[in-house]
Amino acid sequence: MLYFPGYPQIVHKRGVRARLMRLFPCSTAKKSSSSNQNSVEDELELSAVRHRPEGLEQLEAQTRFSRKELQILYRGFKNECPSGVVNEETFKDIYAQFFPQGDASTYAHFLFNAFDTDHNGSVSFEDFVMGLSILLRGTIQEKLNWAFNLYDINKDGYITKEEMLDIMKAIYDMMGKCTYPVLREETPRQHVEVFFQKMDKNKDGVVTIDEFIDCCQNDENIMRSMHLFENVL
Amino acid sequence: MANGVAAWLPFARAAAIGWMPVANCPMPVAPRDNSKRQDELIILNVSGCRFQTWRTTLDRYPDTLLGSTEKDFFYNEESKEYFFDRDPDAFRSILNFYRTGKLHYPRHECISAYDEELTFFGIIPEIIGDCCYEEYKDRKRENLERLQDDQEENRDVKPPNMTFRETMWRAFENPHTSTMALVFYYVTGFFIAISVITNVVETVPCGTTANQKDMPCGERYTVAFFCMDTACVMIFTVEYLLRLFAAPSRYRFMRSVMSIIDVVAILPYYIGLVMTNNEDVSGAFVTLRVFRVFRIFKFSRHSQGLRILGYTLKSCASELGFLLFSLTMAIIIFATVMFYAEKGSSSSKFTSIPASFWYTIVTMTTLGYGDMVPKTIAGKIFGSICSLSGVLVIALPVPVIVSNFSRIYHQNQRADKRRAQKKARLARIRISKSGSANAFIHNKRNGLLNELLELTDKEEEEQKQAKTPSLIEIQHHHLLHCLEQTTAHEFVDEQMYEQNCLEMALQTYTSRSPSVSSDGSSSGTCCGRRVKRNMPLPNTSLPSAHPVPTHQSPLQELSALHIQCGDVPSHTISRSTLNLKKDNSSRINCKGGGRITTAIISLPTPPALTPDGDGLHGPPQRRPPPPPGLPATPSIQTTTSSAGMNIVKVSAL
Repeated sequence: MLYFPGYPQIVHKRGVRARLMRLFPCSTAKKSSSSNQNSVEDELELSAVRHRPEGLEQLEAQTRFSRKELQILYRGFKNECPSGVVNEETFKDIYAQFFPQGDASTYAHFLFNAFDTDHNGSVSFEDFVMGLSILLRGTIQEKLNWAFNLYDINKDGYITKEEMLDIMKAIYDMMGKCTYPVLREETPRQHVEVFFQKMDKNKDGVVTIDEFIDCCQNDENIMRSMHLFENVL
Repeated sequence: MANGVAAWLPFARAAAIGWMPVANCPMPVAPRDNSKRQDELIILNVSGCRFQTWRTTLDRYPDTLLGSTEKDFFYNEESKEYFFDRDPDAFRSILNFYRTGKLHYPRHECISAYDEELTFFGIIPEIIGDCCYEEYKDRKRENLERLQDDQEENRDVKPPNMTFRETMWRAFENPHTSTMALVFYYVTGFFIAISVITNVVETVPCGTTANQKDMPCGERYTVAFFCMDTACVMIFTVEYLLRLFAAPSRYRFMRSVMSIIDVVAILPYYIGLVMTNNEDVSGAFVTLRVFRVFRIFKFSRHSQGLRILGYTLKSCASELGFLLFSLTMAIIIFATVMFYAEKGSSSSKFTSIPASFWYTIVTMTTLGYGDMVPKTIAGKIFGSICSLSGVLVIALPVPVIVSNFSRIYHQNQRADKRRAQKKARLARIRISKSGSANAFIHNKRNGLLNELLELTDKEEEEQKQAKTPSLIEIQHHHLLHCLEQTTAHEFVDEQMYEQNCLEMALQTYTSRSPSVSSDGSSSGTCCGRRVKRNMPLPNTSLPSAHPVPTHQSPLQELSALHIQCGDVPSHTISRSTLNLKKDNSSRINCKGGGRITTAIISLPTPPALTPDGDGLHGPPQRRPPPPPGLPATPSIQTTTSSAGMNIVKVSAL
């Protein structure tokens, strides 16, 4: 149809090919039925995802939180996610609220993967609370382990420079544009260089978990900051 | 961060451990939750209906009444509950907002009552959820219009002190305001009618005289008609000039449709005056007289209905265009077919395709004049097809156009409305968002100021203490602080950032010590970064612009402390003061402890001042990096700030 300005346009998201296909009745029938089926399945999926956590006692045993703390945590968790699980989109939304100036979505993605220990695409309350237990009440070893796990994007036991660069860029993204001093392109890269100089003892280009923990334990800044959030809950 | 994610703040803070191994600078001290209250149930008694909720639920939105300390005003000591003398029904949706984070508008509620409740509890209506927002806005607009209609009847009261020009314009636009305006209105209407009738009658044959054949009246009574014409045109000219004079924006007036009609209506007369009875051009002149009929459009000032018709045609233009286009297509097709079909027959009227257009149009609109008819059989067949399809082509789109028109008309209105609302909504949400981002930047500055004030021991400032930020805010700011330390960069607001960019561009032309670089490479530590800021910038006028060498007591360092609070127009500040602030921000050494240099700290007015309670009460081993300088005043704080600033100079010792 010709375009007349002001005429209400039906936006075709699919391409020209799809539009041509629609002209032929037979093809559209097939397409629509399959898409219907997909949507039905999606609906089923959505409604089925309703997660109930394990009992309070079990969680108490598995984590280092007290009963009351678990109650508080769960109430907050369930309020934001009534269905009981957090998917990545919601997670990114929530995390982005804390950093209004920058773009927190990349870092939230890495964080999500770090929390989603069984890699099923959603963070349940158990995952959540386990992660928090390590971060807030864990030993230094455990915390450093967790951090290593966060940096090791493909979970192969080594942090390469590329992985670190991704993480670093994600962190710098959270700062946004309006910073002082002005953020440059090579800032994350330089930061990664510094990091590797410090951590990579045998200069083989990757950081293993032992190098990492060793080095962090020798750095008093890092040690001190590990205790920073102990009184968070 | 005034959203319901306060519950996730502990998680975000815990996750910040992920930054720690990466950071090169030490982290600020965490705020302590001194008031370790257990989460308790709060009873809210709203006119007898008791609502109960957790304290943390209410604390989610600290800038509302229930989330802040404002509710302490309503605390009833005897019954240990908060009593509000308000409508419990409306309160339900408000409390649900705290619980779910979504504000809904109950449809049975009166819009103004609901608005009042929202205002009372300090909730802005813009956060009403998408499900209810349109309804809310529609009702609100209806209400406003209703109230406005009532008010319009009182509009005849003339506001005092209107200039003559404004009075005239008002008289033109609204003829009911004064008798003179009404007289003028009717007189012009009368003359428009006279002029149109004259034009019409001019062409009527006036009956024969003795020696001449039928001639139109216009040629018979030339003088009379000319006089009439002159009189009308004079009136119209005067009216146009008066309107032009009275118009508030002459340029806009001259561009408006009505004024163009006015001009077109009177121009032929003047052109006719100017042109003499030159035979060559008199033909063109006669054509010009056609434009006199445009005077009839001047009636649209007098008739509301005409205006509406004009507007509807304008808004329906695309539909009409479509109809025209499809008609043209059909006409061309059938004309071509008829031409070739009739080509063979002798004495055919279908001499060319354009000549066949006439036949096609007449047939398709089922007029059928009969001046052109096909003679061949093929022609007749195609002719009948043409007339049948004509019925379809014309009759079908017309009801569609009518209904389309009505639908589009309403839809356009709704779409524009929604677009306007959306922009306004997003703008407000963005403002409140930037408010939270800037709140952090403020806190840094204010905290620093209060520190220095305390050190100088001066009570010159009635320390404009605004309300203390909630614990959640403090924790959030600490989190942002940790991020700053991790990346060794600072958050600044937009204006500052642009200024920095500007200055950096300028600084590339100034000579300075090579060791200093203005970009922040993260390889420097915090200390290193601060040293860089020591560079003497050009155009600094303040004499005490040098960092003072190490001293023991912090008090001696402060030679002059300029606290700038005042109406500082952001871009008219001289460069010198800008550079000054950048240079002389207070610098506290990492290791030396307590080495304070001159500082210029600018503050917006009271609402933004909050003492930075976190982390600065510990040993001053690590101070947060000082703010880079002047905030651009009005844009930082949310819309409420009027941002007046006064410059106060405090000299230590």
